[in-house]
Amino acid sequence: MSQTMLGYIKQDSPIHYLTGATKLICLLLFSFASMLTYDTRLLAIILIFSIVMFKVSKIQFKDVAFVVYFILVFLLLNNIAIFLFSPYEGVKIYGMRTDLFKLVGPYTVTVEQLFYQFNITLKYLSIIPMALLFMVATHPSEFAASLNRIGVSYKGAYAVAIALRYIPDVQRDYHDIAFAQQARGIDMSKKEKLSKRIKNITAILLPLIFSSLDRIETISCAMELRAFGNNKKRTWYSARPFKKGDYIAIGVATAFLVVAFLMMIKNGGRFYNPFL
Amino acid sequence: MKKPVIEFKDFNFQYNAQAKPTLKHINLTIYEGEKVLIVGPSGSGKSTLSNCINGLVPFYYEGEITGSLLINGKETKNSSIFELSNEVGTVLQDPDGQFIGLTVAEDIAFKLENDCVPQEEMKERVRKASKLVEIDNQLESAPHSLSGGQKQRVNLAGVMIGDVNILLFDEPLASLDPATGKTAIELIDELQKKTGKTIIIIEHRLEDVLHQEVDRIIVMDEGTIISDTSTEELLGQSLLKDTGIREPLYITALKYAGCRVISEMKPQRIHTLQVESCKDQLVTWYADQSKELIEEKAEVILEFDKVSFGYNPQKEILKDISFKVYKGEMLSIVGKNGAGKSTLSKLVCGFFKPTKGRILFEGKDMIEDTIKERAQKIGMVMQNPNQMISQNMIFDEVALGLRVRGIGEEEVTKRVNETLKVCGLYPFRNWPISALSFGQKKRVTIAAILVLRPEMLILDEPTAGQDFKHYTEIMEFLKGLNQQGMTIIMITHDMHLMLEYTDRAIVVSEGQKVADDLTTYILTDEETINKAYLKKTSLYELALKVGIDEPRAFVKCFIDYDRRMRL
Repeated sequence: MSQTMLGYIKQDSPIHYLTGATKLICLLLFSFASMLTYDTRLLAIILIFSIVMFKVSKIQFKDVAFVVYFILVFLLLNNIAIFLFSPYEGVKIYGMRTDLFKLVGPYTVTVEQLFYQFNITLKYLSIIPMALLFMVATHPSEFAASLNRIGVSYKGAYAVAIALRYIPDVQRDYHDIAFAQQARGIDMSKKEKLSKRIKNITAILLPLIFSSLDRIETISCAMELRAFGNNKKRTWYSARPFKKGDYIAIGVATAFLVVAFLMMIKNGGRFYNPFL
Repeated sequence: MKKPVIEFKDFNFQYNAQAKPTLKHINLTIYEGEKVLIVGPSGSGKSTLSNCINGLVPFYYEGEITGSLLINGKETKNSSIFELSNEVGTVLQDPDGQFIGLTVAEDIAFKLENDCVPQEEMKERVRKASKLVEIDNQLESAPHSLSGGQKQRVNLAGVMIGDVNILLFDEPLASLDPATGKTAIELIDELQKKTGKTIIIIEHRLEDVLHQEVDRIIVMDEGTIISDTSTEELLGQSLLKDTGIREPLYITALKYAGCRVISEMKPQRIHTLQVESCKDQLVTWYADQSKELIEEKAEVILEFDKVSFGYNPQKEILKDISFKVYKGEMLSIVGKNGAGKSTLSKLVCGFFKPTKGRILFEGKDMIEDTIKERAQKIGMVMQNPNQMISQNMIFDEVALGLRVRGIGEEEVTKRVNETLKVCGLYPFRNWPISALSFGQKKRVTIAAILVLRPEMLILDEPTAGQDFKHYTEIMEFLKGLNQQGMTIIMITHDMHLMLEYTDRAIVVSEGQKVADDLTTYILTDEETINKAYLKKTSLYELALKVGIDEPRAFVKCFIDYDRRMRL
């Protein structure tokens, strides 16, 4: 079976030494910063910074390539959609109109629109490396602990962790059930008509749901028998204390957010207008 | 006088969803440091009894309790599941399903985490507990990547760490191969000797548990305790047989020969058994039984011709496997978990293509046949019926395979009814499947395959999790099908199953075929047994003990006689 996508990749790097909570907090701070600002200069700096961080983590691009391409395709679709539904958004924002060429009907490509969409693309790109790092450089057992640390109740945090941990099991169940049903002649391949295929898929889904319910029952018994949910709080075996690196990382991320705010004040809004 | 740790006093329990009480007038006292085995057929209430001890009843599965149950002197109904978890540690049946942590260390620490134990103390205690069960070199591994035996050690460490003084094992052998099961029983015994904890084991594989001594055996049936006595005592009675629990095979053999099993013979284990007094009877009995001839081989239906398979060329899961299956045969494929048994069945059904070699069905290479085409000839039945059933009504479930093939409703009705009659399910045809027992569901899944009229059936662990009664029921049904000409292959690690119902077995280990022989030979051959993680049958040792010259023939003779007696 193929390796799970976006699973933990073990490496020896400063990024990996940071605690899961730090990585989560940094990811959130960076996301806020780059969601707030449309300032091209700041976005470019965040992008460069996050690419450098990605390099530092020693994660190979090929390990995450599939996901990156997947996101890029969506980014492209997103850009097309923005242009289709709001072709003069940039003109409105920047208060100017410089036509480049006319397409069809009401659609004319303007410099302002291109610049606006370039900024949006930059926003996404600058945050992708950070998000990927959080996913592949945080040990899964630290997920729950780090969620709990930033204030999510430990029961909720555990629900997330358990869900993640069951993905491979449910996948295996799915393969087994699909195997059994196909061996009965229930065809799921492209040879069948679509309507029939959808109907056939229910022959997998129902048993899958029932077997998953069985799993849930067993695990919740096992958890209660070992006193889960007894106290308001719990300790974590895999939790790590904050070190210097963690404070530095959070400091840097906070600085970026502060800069984003300052730029907003200086620019008199979220947008940086080079056309003035 | 020993201190009682568990005291049931006129205890009754009724689940909220049920009309009748599941436990009736239970009076039972278990003392500190005792090792007690609880046996009983499915539905006898033995699991409910264990759930009362660990608090799942009534705090997780709700219901009404009358009478009293004291654990360490405290009434359980006024307690909570959490409080009880400090007294009783439970190891559940399915080792995979109860893993919570993502690494071994975390899983072991889970109880301590919930008790808010500081991290440093936690690490120290995890180290100690893991050392006790000898899993301390695997602390960073993912629990799922371990072998069956190691998984059980992790489960054990996880309950031991809470410093409980009662350990409860709910069918600890159910998902282990025979050799690993043997080590598990030894491990439990060793732990008890080291720590002096009270141990309660719930199991129906009596012979396997008795591999190490227990102090008392409690027999349950229909919600009551019908016997509470020592092993020697119990084995001498006919109680086990009457309640549908399988006695150790050597005991059955002695009884068939007309010997009286008494406690002086030390019958609890084959190694301690004194057979002098009944040697003659046994030898005479054996001489009386006529030897059966091995039937002549019919034509070949399925053939593996030097088949290799791997997901990538560097790592082959199956290496150069060749064997033949004859028409009308009943054959076992055995080997420990992960040996490549299920890959074998996936190759036959066409989910994977061999990287080398050919698979021939009735002499024709199947390489071009699609999964659907192969399904016409070869039916595959999964271990867990819940993984196959997708309809609400029995009739619809069985009809599904025909309907997707676009067969007319009239023909469907005819064939489904025919099949349901063969499977003894016709009276239930309009029942919802949810109303059936596990064994009946299994039968529905077999019917759903049979209706397609395959020439061969492959079953994955057909009797897993079944008690002796249902085991016999399912297997006799399959035997009946076999006698009507169906070729049947069973993938299993149940030794009794392979010995009793199949003449020949193919043993797979590390992706290679290590044996292809009569089952009586396989289960008496040291080398094969070790490779496939099997266990030598106690019948063989009994035969050696009384000095029968052909112990293998004795084993075969017993099996045939025993099956006739049970029908």
